[in-house]
Amino acid sequence: MKHIVIIGNGISGVTVARHIRKLSDHKITIISAETDHFFSRTALMYVYMGHMKFEHTKPYENYFWKKNRIELKRAFVETVDHENKQLLLSGGEKFAYDKLVLAVGSTPNKFGWPGQDLDGVQGLYSKQDLDKLEANAPNNKACNRAVIVGGGLIGIEMVEMLLSRKIPVTFLVRENNFWNGVLPISESQMLNRHIKSHHVDLRLGFNLDSILADKNGRARAVTIKETGEEIPCNVVGLTAGVSPNVAFLKDSGIELGRGIKVNPMLETNIKDVYAIGDCAEQHEGINGRRPIEAVWYTGRMMGEALAQTLCDNPTPYNPGHWFNSAKFMDIEYQTYGWVFSNPKEGNTHFHWIHKDDDKCITIEMEESTRKFIGINNFGIRLRHELFDRWLTEGQSTDYVLEHLKDANFDPEFYSHYEKDILSAYNNKYGTAIQPKKKSWKRIFSKA
Amino acid sequence: MKALTYLGLAIFLTGLTIFTGSIFLGGFNLQEADLTTFLNDKGIENELLQTELKSALIDKEPMGIFDFSSSVRGALQKNNDHFDSLIAEYDAAKEWDKKGAQYQYRINEKDFRAMSFSLAKKAGVGFIVENRGLMWLLTFGLGILGALLFIIPQLKLLGPKGIKNDGVYHSAATNRGWIAWLVLIYLVAFYIVLYFMADYVVNWTFILDPISNALSGNDASQWFVYGFLYCVIMTVMAVRMYIKYRHNKYQIVRTTSVLFFQIVIAFLIPEIMTSLNMPAYDFKNAFPLDYDFFFDWNLESLINSGGIGLFILVWGIVLTLVIVPVMVYFFGKRWYCSWVCGCGGLAETLGDGFRQHSSKKMISWKLERWLIHSVLVFSLVMTLVTLYCYFTGESSFIGIPADWIKNTYSVLIGAWFAGVIGTGFYPIFGNRVWCRFGCPLAAYLGFVQRFKSRFRITTNGGQCISCGNCSTYCEQGIDVRAYAQKGENIVRSSCVGCGICSAVCPRGVLKLENGPLDGRINPTDVLLGNDVDLMTLVNKK
Ligand SMILES: Cc1cc2nc3c(=O)[nH]c(=O)nc-3n(C[C@H](O)[C@H](O)[C@H](O)COP(=O)(O)OP(=O)(O)OC[C@H]3O[C@@H](n4cnc5c(N)ncnc54)[C@H](O)[C@@H]3O)c2cc1C
Ligand code: SF4
Ligand code: SF4
Repeated sequence: MKHIVIIGNGISGVTVARHIRKLSDHKITIISAETDHFFSRTALMYVYMGHMKFEHTKPYENYFWKKNRIELKRAFVETVDHENKQLLLSGGEKFAYDKLVLAVGSTPNKFGWPGQDLDGVQGLYSKQDLDKLEANAPNNKACNRAVIVGGGLIGIEMVEMLLSRKIPVTFLVRENNFWNGVLPISESQMLNRHIKSHHVDLRLGFNLDSILADKNGRARAVTIKETGEEIPCNVVGLTAGVSPNVAFLKDSGIELGRGIKVNPMLETNIKDVYAIGDCAEQHEGINGRRPIEAVWYTGRMMGEALAQTLCDNPTPYNPGHWFNSAKFMDIEYQTYGWVFSNPKEGNTHFHWIHKDDDKCITIEMEESTRKFIGINNFGIRLRHELFDRWLTEGQSTDYVLEHLKDANFDPEFYSHYEKDILSAYNNKYGTAIQPKKKSWKRIFSKA
Repeated sequence: MKALTYLGLAIFLTGLTIFTGSIFLGGFNLQEADLTTFLNDKGIENELLQTELKSALIDKEPMGIFDFSSSVRGALQKNNDHFDSLIAEYDAAKEWDKKGAQYQYRINEKDFRAMSFSLAKKAGVGFIVENRGLMWLLTFGLGILGALLFIIPQLKLLGPKGIKNDGVYHSAATNRGWIAWLVLIYLVAFYIVLYFMADYVVNWTFILDPISNALSGNDASQWFVYGFLYCVIMTVMAVRMYIKYRHNKYQIVRTTSVLFFQIVIAFLIPEIMTSLNMPAYDFKNAFPLDYDFFFDWNLESLINSGGIGLFILVWGIVLTLVIVPVMVYFFGKRWYCSWVCGCGGLAETLGDGFRQHSSKKMISWKLERWLIHSVLVFSLVMTLVTLYCYFTGESSFIGIPADWIKNTYSVLIGAWFAGVIGTGFYPIFGNRVWCRFGCPLAAYLGFVQRFKSRFRITTNGGQCISCGNCSTYCEQGIDVRAYAQKGENIVRSSCVGCGICSAVCPRGVLKLENGPLDGRINPTDVLLGNDVDLMTLVNKK
């Protein structure tokens, strides 16, 4: 029996712990400075918005940990002393391990903006950030305008949060269209319109220059780089992406790049020290993926794989087809496979948008063969299992669209758009494909 | 816009105040002729009782309902006291025949309120009785108008269509604050009065007499008031559902369906049947939710009503034994619980704002399984005893007196559990307390749904982010996330298929659907999206 110590009680740390317990009798300790129990970071927004209480973001009841013999320790790890196989905790305590898993997540980026550490300026990552926002922006009297800097997924979540308390929001986005670094332009443009329809002061193509303080050292305005304009506000949200949380490992001897360098076995350069989740950086991206993948699902998958390795079944991290999802105010988004903002060389995009301006899809495919590469779907839910299979089978876009009804995952009675989509497709490519009726048999057949 | 909602609220509260206050209004002044009719109708020849009632009620100034009720009950009590002392006397003197002869003159205490109600119904005088139309406008009219004025502006105020749960946990109404407690107190008081002190609300029945007469030709009883109120509340709150979930067609269709079944099948048709001298019957109310279906008086009444009675008898049995399970096989118990049932209908309209209060703890799930199955057993034992006694003429079976068990069930389960707690506690325990912990029909449907049904909530591969919206808003207290985050379909006997978990999920993870039985239950350890070999390795175990 080994003592496996995990730093970080986020999705990756908790997943590896759960699976180790399923597979073995090792002693497991999870150390975290943030909260006593695992909670869902992705749900922080709903607590501020009043959809849930913090309690509801915890995926497991408190008794779960004891029952599964997973010890929890609330402490901050100052550094790792791998030569003696121990951790130094703040307060001076030393904590020994046999194997160490670093699942320490990310921290919000700050780019050295003047005023970035003023009161009223914050990111949104941790439970502490949530509490801070509650204090900074309890209502629209205490906060009569907020400026959100950075047009990514957390940025738009913060916008939505503040709107829920009727706080006017200015949203500074560096790109000319929202999230255009990731999404094809027509999708970004649809989201631009959607964001504006929620009465957000959306400023596309603008950068933050500085944050100005009032006499108490609290933010009172921001200035814009391109125009010099000063926008009065009393809360500034900095959401210009996240980076691996590795500062505390700087002198530990563990190899760092932007994140903690790992090989596909999720091993660091130091024996018995592993890294997973947001903080891990592959030497080279696996299967064309990015070396750092800071999303929920990949943290979970790394945890699933590493648990096998730690329990005597060496298993490289070898994720399947890419998928992801998000929600932009009222518009849900899912993606399966790869769709790039500009089609990769040799690829092309097929785009369909509904006249209501709240539903659209984009398919990336090989230009010559129309082989299906990936889909972005907005406002329409699609079945993960089928797209995963179609990607494995290397199906053509013709095939995918012909069977699109099988993949529809919207609630019953919702309007269907397969016909519409196909007629646009047939028009564009001179095909004559008709949508096939939904078939359970096909849905359940195995690849 | 906002001002309009405040105005609506003010109007609604005015209507509610007049409605509640009307209990205290008006006088009750019984005429001797009416008393005579009453006594004749009831076949009461006991002279002492006649004198007591006369001296308590006749040639008096009009009284308020509380005085009137206590006068009636006082007279009945005096009558009983008299005969009780005779009984004791003869008992001491061992004159058994004489002792036995006294019992017929006693009035069962259970019937005090009903007698008081009948007399009050004849005795009402004054403003309410003379101005039923106006009173309707001042109570129901203002209530409906105010509520709609409050609700309809939400169409604009809530902003574009989508999920509207902002501030649920910040509001005193939906976060167990003082408003929630006030509502609870009002609802609990309402049910206690309705079930156990119906004579106090005889004024409400006056207000609805014209409508009742138009429908069935009879004056309104307290049950008519309840039925009418039920329909009104459901309709008004359905408007709220239509606005809140206007982006979600499943919710729209489902709400329309429960509304239809409540108004037409549960309310109008039984009234019309009464007007045609048929036994009133709610064709969708399946045994054992309809727990008195096999009570002797009901069987008697059905058997004595000719063809239609027989049809109802057969229908009632076929409904429970065939239609219900077959429909659950194809569509899940949702077809009943959230598309048809009246209890479900109220929960999904009036109760929607409280759905988040159902407890998701493991311990509540355990309690749920104990309680609901006990109630099912209770209802079946009761029915068995009743039927045995009905056919054999005995008064008890396996040591259980039929009258006792019927009574106990009616009071404990029918009134306290389904009504007072089931609905009264909406604001604190959530809107499906009865459906989840108590309803014997739900327990039965649950078995079918769990073990033999095409219905499931499919989890969309690996897409769940464990946010918890689904679990929070599941009115049945199902920890939906516990399944979704494992990539596992939700197949739970208690799921009523309300579809809200699917609606609130921000990642499109959940879909209610009916499909083949194979692969319906799919436990997984490693989720879709990871290494296929790893998935095969781990999940095959
Ligand atoms: C607001 C928000 C919304 C998001 N929404 C989505 C989404 O919709 N979909 C999606 O795929 N992803 C989303 N993400 C990203 C996703 O949440 C992260 O990828 C994921 O939580 C990372 O998990 P992790 O286990 O790697 O790290 P974390 O969850 O960050 O856990 C790391 C833990 O380690 C602790 N820790 C770190 N260093 C130390 C130390 N030295 N000592 C003690 N404890 C330490 C931290 O306090 C933290 O508790 C979102 C992120 C945020 C912030
Ligand atoms: S699991 Fe979903 S559909 Fe079933 S009762 Fe709960 S919220 Fe409704
Ligand atoms: S609401 Fe959706 S994403 Fe959130 S926990 Fe439930 S299934 Fe998962």
